[in-house]
Amino acid sequence: MIDLRNVNKTYFGAQPLHVLKGIDLHIDKGEFVSIMGASGSGKSTLLNILGILDNYDSGEYYLAGKLIKDLSERQAADYRNRMIGFIFQSFNLIGFKTAVENVELPLFYQGVSRHKRHLMAMEYLEKLGIKDWAGHYPNEMSGGQKQRVAIARALITNPQILLADEPTGALDSKTSEEVMTLLSDLNRIEGVTIVVVTHESGVANCTNKIVHIKDGIIGNIEENKEHRASAFGVGSIMK
Amino acid sequence: MKDLITEIWESIRRNKLRTCLTGFAVSWGIFMLIVLLGAGNGVRNAFNSQANDVATNTVQVGGGRTSEPYAGYRAGRRIRLTEDDMTRIKESFPDIVDDVTSTTSVQLTFTYRGIHVSGGLDGNFPSRKDMDKIVILHGRYINDTDIRQKRKVVVVPEKVAEKFLDNPNVPVERLIGKNIRAGKVNYKVVGIMKSDETSNNVWLPAPYTTVRDVYSKGQYIDELTFSFHGLETEEAHEQFEDGIHAVLNARHKAAPDDRSAVWIWNRFTQNLQMNKAGNILNKALWIVGLFTLLGGIVGVSNIMLITVKERTHEFGIRKAIGASPWNITKLIISESVIITAFFGYIGMVLGMIACDILDKTLGQSSQDIMGMTIKIMENPTVGFDVAIEATIVLIIAGTVAGLIPALKASKVKPIEALRAE
Repeated sequence: MIDLRNVNKTYFGAQPLHVLKGIDLHIDKGEFVSIMGASGSGKSTLLNILGILDNYDSGEYYLAGKLIKDLSERQAADYRNRMIGFIFQSFNLIGFKTAVENVELPLFYQGVSRHKRHLMAMEYLEKLGIKDWAGHYPNEMSGGQKQRVAIARALITNPQILLADEPTGALDSKTSEEVMTLLSDLNRIEGVTIVVVTHESGVANCTNKIVHIKDGIIGNIEENKEHRASAFGVGSIMK
Repeated sequence: MKDLITEIWESIRRNKLRTCLTGFAVSWGIFMLIVLLGAGNGVRNAFNSQANDVATNTVQVGGGRTSEPYAGYRAGRRIRLTEDDMTRIKESFPDIVDDVTSTTSVQLTFTYRGIHVSGGLDGNFPSRKDMDKIVILHGRYINDTDIRQKRKVVVVPEKVAEKFLDNPNVPVERLIGKNIRAGKVNYKVVGIMKSDETSNNVWLPAPYTTVRDVYSKGQYIDELTFSFHGLETEEAHEQFEDGIHAVLNARHKAAPDDRSAVWIWNRFTQNLQMNKAGNILNKALWIVGLFTLLGGIVGVSNIMLITVKERTHEFGIRKAIGASPWNITKLIISESVIITAFFGYIGMVLGMIACDILDKTLGQSSQDIMGMTIKIMENPTVGFDVAIEATIVLIIAGTVAGLIPALKASKVKPIEALRAE
């Protein structure tokens, strides 16, 4: 599903910063992977490249068999729309739109008719258990509810991969657990490929595979089928 | 389409005051444009209706002074037209000239029951009635019998008649059949004509032959007036005028290209020039109006820039979930066009109402300046064509106003926008 070959990225500022120093990474369809690292390790940059929000300098990135390189803005937007679902730490819902309107938005950019996308959005909200909140604005909802709306929005286009950037960063431990359970259920039951970027070991422990990144290179990759990677992570997410 | 409008409405609703203040500038701009154009039209219409009092296809020719020596004569010699010039003009341009008349006049004092009015007695032909579009209110104009029999009859302008009667309760037609004294000779009044509002000179038409013989004018005449047809372009008119100069100059032994030996007053070219002046006025008003509107456009552009700045984060989210740059551009430009068009239309409607008020006040009044009655404005309104032109201007203005902010918005980088929180 995801194939990175020797991907390099340098930020050219006052002092050039070589953030990714040759990343090789392979993620199969249906995997539930976390990318872990300290801040400044390059994990966010890696996620941005995976999400086609940023471009890389050298190497190759294949997403579902397509080479993602030197895309026009329009094409990048189209790929993001159809192949990738984003979940952000700060939810990134549009404040003046209701929950259901937020969920509809990706379909709006696909040109799906008003009626059809409303039905689909309601269906996804129901699936995530927040159908009753469809008409509410984001500032009327709790963090967990907002993140559920965001997940519904990410899922509605039926993307190839789901990219989550610190999905529990703004949530308390109980809600964090609920969200992680939701993600692992989505992976287990629906077979959605999920990549989570986090610095919390408890969150990483919920995933089946942990990719450690340090100073722009991939360290070890742990298989974590038993979810025992973290001393603190077993059974709950430590905040 | 409906989705786009919903989006724009959401955005405008969040910034009502700001949008209204900006919209006011646009309304004001288009309001000024409409009022200026309406007032300009009013002035033009008033001008034209005054010019329409005379038939446009007539030419007047009179004697002048030579400007260069020719055939042994010195420069500055006075040229006087004679009756032979009449026939010569007719013979020289048989296809163009219809009817040639001559005028000979004397300055006199007219007296009726002790009231004196000084003015000119114009020896005219009957066909001048149509050429000058003279309106007879009572009685008749000079006719062929008057000319043939050299009758001592006269037509009196309404205002002069009122002065003679010196009593507003007596109707002017009472004067018909009465004798008025012109100098030492009595003339019988046969008609009352509408006064010429554009001039404060008093002219009383009488038969040409009468004036010629009573005042011993001989062959000499003051003016030739003739109507013509078949000339369309300005060049054709110039050629025709050159021809008249050539024919008359040759007869009076002046240089063929001497343009001051006789003067020619062509009402058609006069009118053409007036139309040109009117068009220039119209263009000038458009320019002034558009510059006023420009202020409003800059305002909209400014507001849209602020909006884009505020919505950077939102645009980042939209782009991350699949909005293309064009989606964002479209959103901003449409918003700009809708704000401009909406407030522009308000301004346009108010402008048309203002034109209407102008029509009901200034448009109905006229002023007497030095004995001339002048209408300042007539029908100062704008037509449907201007409304359509203004609409096009508004849409273009809105697009231009939205262009820079829209491009700025479309260049928002999703990662930077998402980080910006």
